[in-house]
Amino acid sequence: MTLSPGKKREKIDRLSELAARDDERGVSLWQEAFRRLRGNPAAIVGAVILALFVLVAVVGPFLVPYAATDTIGIREGLIKPGTIPGPNGDHWFGYDHQGRDEFSRMIVGARQTLLVGVVSTLIGLAIGALIGGVSGAAAGLGGRWGRWIDTTLMRFIDMLLAMPSLLLAVSIAALLGASLTTVMIAVGVVSVPVFARLLRGSMISQANSDYVLAATSLGVKKSKIALTHVVPNSLAPVIVQATLTLATAIIEAAALSFLGLGNPDTAVPEWGVMLADAQQYLGIRPSLAIYPAVAIIITALGFTLLGEAMREALDPKLRK
Amino acid sequence: MFRFIVRRLLQLIPTLFGLSLLLFIWLRRLPGGPETAILGERGTPEMRAAIRRNMGLDEPILVQYGRFVRRMIKLDLGTSTSTKRAVTTEFIERFPGTVELTITAMIIAIGVGIPLGYLAARRRGRFLDHASVGGSLIGICIPVFFLGYVLKAIFSENLHWFPSSGRQDPTLGATRVTNFFVLDGLMTREWDAAADALWHLVLPSIALASIPLAIIVRITRASVLEVLNEDFVRTAEAKGLTEQTVRRRHVLRNAMLPVATSIGLLAGGLLSGAVLTETVFAFSGIGAFVAEAIGQRDYPVLMGFILIIAVVYVLVNLLVDLSYSFIDPRVRVR
Amino acid sequence: MALLEVEDLSVTFARRGQRAVHAVDGVSFSVDAGEVVGLVGESGCGKSVTSLAIMGLLPKQPGLRVGGKAVFDGTDLLQLDDRSRRDIRGRDIAMIFQDPLSSLNPVIPIGLQVTEVLTRHRGMKGEAAAKEAAALLDRVGIPDPKRRLKEYPHQLSGGMRQRALIAMAVACQPRLLIADEPTTALDVTIQAQILELLKELVRDSGTALLMITHDLGVVAGMVDTVNVLYGGRVVETARRRPLFRQPRHPYTVGLLGSVPRLDAGRGEKLNPIPGSVRDLLPWPDGCAFAPRCARRIDECVGEPPELVHAHDGRSYRCVNPEPLPGMVPAPREEETA
Repeated sequence: MTLSPGKKREKIDRLSELAARDDERGVSLWQEAFRRLRGNPAAIVGAVILALFVLVAVVGPFLVPYAATDTIGIREGLIKPGTIPGPNGDHWFGYDHQGRDEFSRMIVGARQTLLVGVVSTLIGLAIGALIGGVSGAAAGLGGRWGRWIDTTLMRFIDMLLAMPSLLLAVSIAALLGASLTTVMIAVGVVSVPVFARLLRGSMISQANSDYVLAATSLGVKKSKIALTHVVPNSLAPVIVQATLTLATAIIEAAALSFLGLGNPDTAVPEWGVMLADAQQYLGIRPSLAIYPAVAIIITALGFTLLGEAMREALDPKLRK
Repeated sequence: MFRFIVRRLLQLIPTLFGLSLLLFIWLRRLPGGPETAILGERGTPEMRAAIRRNMGLDEPILVQYGRFVRRMIKLDLGTSTSTKRAVTTEFIERFPGTVELTITAMIIAIGVGIPLGYLAARRRGRFLDHASVGGSLIGICIPVFFLGYVLKAIFSENLHWFPSSGRQDPTLGATRVTNFFVLDGLMTREWDAAADALWHLVLPSIALASIPLAIIVRITRASVLEVLNEDFVRTAEAKGLTEQTVRRRHVLRNAMLPVATSIGLLAGGLLSGAVLTETVFAFSGIGAFVAEAIGQRDYPVLMGFILIIAVVYVLVNLLVDLSYSFIDPRVRVR
Repeated sequence: MALLEVEDLSVTFARRGQRAVHAVDGVSFSVDAGEVVGLVGESGCGKSVTSLAIMGLLPKQPGLRVGGKAVFDGTDLLQLDDRSRRDIRGRDIAMIFQDPLSSLNPVIPIGLQVTEVLTRHRGMKGEAAAKEAAALLDRVGIPDPKRRLKEYPHQLSGGMRQRALIAMAVACQPRLLIADEPTTALDVTIQAQILELLKELVRDSGTALLMITHDLGVVAGMVDTVNVLYGGRVVETARRRPLFRQPRHPYTVGLLGSVPRLDAGRGEKLNPIPGSVRDLLPWPDGCAFAPRCARRIDECVGEPPELVHAHDGRSYRCVNPEPLPGMVPAPREEETA
């Protein structure tokens, strides 16, 4: 194989150019993470499940064949003590114990379930971020007071962490009385310690990192460093954790309902409440428990899959 | 070693202090105030007033708090509003059942979780790996009480392999010594009683083990994968050691460190899982009792349970720290 | 016959959906019994992968392909099954790694990490093994060896750790010792001590040593034969003295020029090689070093340069080598490109 000298030189130049470009290609953390998410089947499955879930939650209530509160079964005399009729052509999932169309309730329930998950996660995130942020900042400022504030807050968080989530929720529910708001607050508070520790931990490790030292030594203002470096870099783990927390929040809410601390108003269906209610009719019609249970499991699975995949995608240790 | 334990126990004081403060505030803030905690939601205004006076609720708050703490220290948790017996007595009676259940669940979770996580890591990307990762994801996502009902429906109501409820068949007339039914059976050589109690434990402990098992599998797997990439494993390989030695001595021992930590964190969750599981299987332990108390708004019981949990959590984590220092010389206690 | 004869060794990592990476691309060299051979090159040139491939220690992963031969004492190591490989490792061929802290198991005592080799290959147990382990630690210059046996890696200093690793490696008097950058993670003063120790062990026991390094200072101090690697191939092989006196391959020249020298004038600048190892040309397209080479000519590109065996026993892979002093440089059409 012989090439003309000019061609050869061209080839060398092109190759070294390619090599150089490869070197400089600055890919941001997020772009890279997104690229890796797209290649991860678990992430895609999780995202598809969640997209469907959100879609159902948003548009489902407008499309259901029957009102979720309409006790058709009772009106038509189908519900007698000890019998709940099964599915038929008009009622795909049958009726619930009050003769309401189970399929419609499942669809409408998606919205309430999503609401409980999102709101309680946001509550946990907000309080946790506040405590963690203050604690991290106090630790960063140092000094006697800084350390004192940090230690006190962290002791408090440890205490919350020591408390089994369910008990914490129960105590809060006992204080506030059973209601939807209570469920969301109780479930939210349970996740406070996780968020607080996460944010504090990543703030402290960011603050001690070399690039922050470098920025400080260049005279960049502290507030600017916090906004441009520390916050964005601490955000990734918080977002991952929020995704994972959404899964546990939905399950946790179901457990509260099971213990009788859920939303007492069963007119607006929610999967956790439906599952808890169905336990009484397991002998008659177990499918009433299976529908909401499977829905909860699949949704929780979706959040967990996506959350874990995001964690993997954002983990620099796993990057190749 | 002794000094380490003492120091750890001393570190507890601020935590317990904070907890008592929280509990005190919690009791006072309950709807209807502490008198409701005693009377429940029944009770006439006169009775309430009498109780307020009796409890010294008209005294300064600090005095009240002092009395509260003194009662806690004396383990006087008050009287259950639903059973009208001392909360402490109720707990002592029911504690063994819960201990049997949680320990069995933990044995299952550790005994199955660590080997499974290890094998999944060794066979990374193959069927066993995918199956155990997938299985553990589902394990985390199934509500415990639902899993309990499913197990009960399949293995007890349909297949009749296991009993569906209780701790022991009452017709056996087993002798009671410690209220740990399995232990009692062994001690009195009533083998059938011990076996029956163990048989009753199977389904509830599997349900209770689901979440810890899933977490242990995942952590073990991740940890083994990380250790397999460590330089010292390569060194061990370079020495020509047998695969077995490399695995046991070099990989597993190091991989156990994060697993030990996670087991400590799981202890609290296990107790709240017990509340759900014991209810499903009508298993007479603290959990079922507390679940009832929740329904009855039996606050002295709830408060007692919170205290017990705090103490158990702290003790378990002390144990974990001790075992940790046993595995890892870098944090060894002197 | 040579103790270790590596022939046309190649290691390829192919990841799904990505271009295969030829980490080692046909490396050949040999190590005679008792000889100290150097494998020199920048990071990324494939020298560590070569040693791991010989030992069979490359992490098992899909897409890994090892080709060629590595004949040790008549048997091809690459064809051995796992069990026979484990029998040879640690007994006939031992290895020392770069980072002594991470290369030692943090949770078991040094003593066990030494005796496990003795137990595995020499069947020693209990008291006898402990005694031998203490003797080994003593031999590599660890003071108070009995006490050290009970200690853990984190309780030892960096130099001590590397000594302990060396003790484990020489425990069975291997015939070949592979040292992969054994001094890179150490302080300069400790580096010298460790090199001195290795030299002494090699001299006393007649063990052959394959020294993998990027540090020409290490090479200058102890190596008999040097193999310079670039882009996964050997580009120059020579005895130590001729190589330092008259390097032929421009890459070797560049490496030597990158080392600061005390005897250089004050104002004299270092001569770094421009670019980085990533700017390489795939060998089939020509000389991998061509994009960075100061002596590049047209013949460098198009097809890979063959290894030229010079009459003085050295060889180089270059079409336009550095002229020997006293030789009239061949007339070239263009000075620079």
